[in-house]
Amino acid sequence: MSELHRNSVTAVAAGLRARRFSSVELVRECLARIDRYQGALNAFISVTREQALREAEEADQALAAGTAGPLTGVPLAHKDIFCTRGVRTSCGSRMLDNFVAPYDATVVRKLRAAGAIMVGKTNMDEFAMGSSNETSYYGPVRNPWNTALVPGGSSGGSAAAVAARLVPAATATDTGGSIRQPAALCGITGMKPTYGRVSRYGMIAFASSLDQGGVLAESAADAALLLREMAGFDAADSTSVDRPVPDYVAALEQPLAGVKVGLLKEFFDKGLEPENEQRIREALRIYERLGARLTEVSLPYLPLSVPVYYVVAPAECSSNLARYDGVRFGHRCENPRDLQDLYRRSRGEGFGAEVKRRIMTGTYVLSAGYYDAYYLKAQRVRQLINADFIRAFQGVDVLIGPTTPTPAFELGAKTADPITMYLNDIYTIGANLAGLPAISVPCGFVRDLPVGLQVVGPHFSEARVLQVAHAFQRETDWHRRMPQGYA
Amino acid sequence: MYDFALVFSVQRASREPPMALTREQLASIAALARLDLGANESALYQQSLSSILEFIGALEAVDTKDVTPLAHPLPGLSQRLRPDEVTESDHHAEYQLNAAQVAAGLYLVPKVIE
Repeated sequence: MSELHRNSVTAVAAGLRARRFSSVELVRECLARIDRYQGALNAFISVTREQALREAEEADQALAAGTAGPLTGVPLAHKDIFCTRGVRTSCGSRMLDNFVAPYDATVVRKLRAAGAIMVGKTNMDEFAMGSSNETSYYGPVRNPWNTALVPGGSSGGSAAAVAARLVPAATATDTGGSIRQPAALCGITGMKPTYGRVSRYGMIAFASSLDQGGVLAESAADAALLLREMAGFDAADSTSVDRPVPDYVAALEQPLAGVKVGLLKEFFDKGLEPENEQRIREALRIYERLGARLTEVSLPYLPLSVPVYYVVAPAECSSNLARYDGVRFGHRCENPRDLQDLYRRSRGEGFGAEVKRRIMTGTYVLSAGYYDAYYLKAQRVRQLINADFIRAFQGVDVLIGPTTPTPAFELGAKTADPITMYLNDIYTIGANLAGLPAISVPCGFVRDLPVGLQVVGPHFSEARVLQVAHAFQRETDWHRRMPQGYA
Repeated sequence: MYDFALVFSVQRASREPPMALTREQLASIAALARLDLGANESALYQQSLSSILEFIGALEAVDTKDVTPLAHPLPGLSQRLRPDEVTESDHHAEYQLNAAQVAAGLYLVPKVIE
């Protein structure tokens, strides 16, 4: 095998333009690596081999003819939550095991329009509900840094695929940390944009007030390059925001001097593993050296993020997943006695344990007599958390803290107790509740496992968040480290 | 392992110990959610849903007097409307490729009216 897989998206795009290698060579390399490591990692649900090679040939023709777009010929993987026309889109669920999407998600369409080539669909927690990629109908994904460990979730397949350099980047989605947490656990960069920045059209819905599409890649520079193409207004998504997309790439090299960084006091609590905290503190010293002004900021309601999330997200999930009724698409049970039996057995068989648990939690908190006590109460506390963030951003440009309390954990370690699993997202959920852009970047290792640093910004401050992350990555090479056996 | 005390720090001196969901309550939630649960699943969900309800019960202790519920994270957004024009073309044949049972362009379900 060649060394092509060591290239970032930025380097791949430049190399293709300079004709140092062809898109067909790149795609063949990705497919060969997927074949080689799929058994160990289980990062993919579908591989679109023929389509990818055909598109690569077309890309090479466009590159030769000088009609190439910004990502022409660049191989990518899509999380299997994004609808891809003519290709099975399973969302990690038995319910959609046979579902072939009749249209492309806007994210898929935009990346294709920019020239990117899909090589496959990545594994994920079922309907994006999970923090370890163990709820997938297609089996767990394994962490390339240690295959006894989870890659995080729900975008675990995308994260493992990028960490093992099977693809230079992959799309992902983040409802409570599903981009940033696996990025942290797999030693790569994961960017969740502002709610409304990237279209949700064709992105299978989990919790619609929280879901946001984004990207997993090696670096903030790569994330900037991809996000520039993915972001933007889409009339087909009723919460898409009509606001121009800045040139995120051009903004990367702005100097950091004078940028006000708030340390999230509540994140440096006794739940944070001491060695993780050390890595974060070391990163902060680099920021100080670069001229950032550090202050501690307190968001007193932030620790309530997890209980708020586990009311709001299941409520929205129970409503969104009501559409899977076994009639128009999705799994249908054998020989239904009547319509109710058809609904109940199709759903009972089609959904896995965690999805059912969340549907029932949501059904309960929305049911008569409990709606005020649980759902409205949670939305009120969500307002308080949001107000905490708004207040904090009056004094600082970005907030910094850890992405997760610990490095990657063992498969099976947290599956018995859902609450223990839910608390993995304690540092990431706040940004979803308030709709804020946030990124996780690798900042060192604990017990030979990668650790993530999180940067959160005000609404629509993606350029600033990426700039702050990029400044750190210019000074460090943690994001360039590759797991042994995959280098 | 995360320290639970942090999330629960503001709670429940005044509260009764949480009630575990009964079998009947679970059955009623499952019926509302149109989910058929296997016999061994029920015991598991009874336990885990009870602990989730206890966990989210921590919110009860928060003072939210005069706080409006947050329905949407971005301020000042309202539902966008579009002109009332036909923008879709007919895809029903393509869409029905994903259906379990169709005939003559119709989705088939078990008999609803005897």
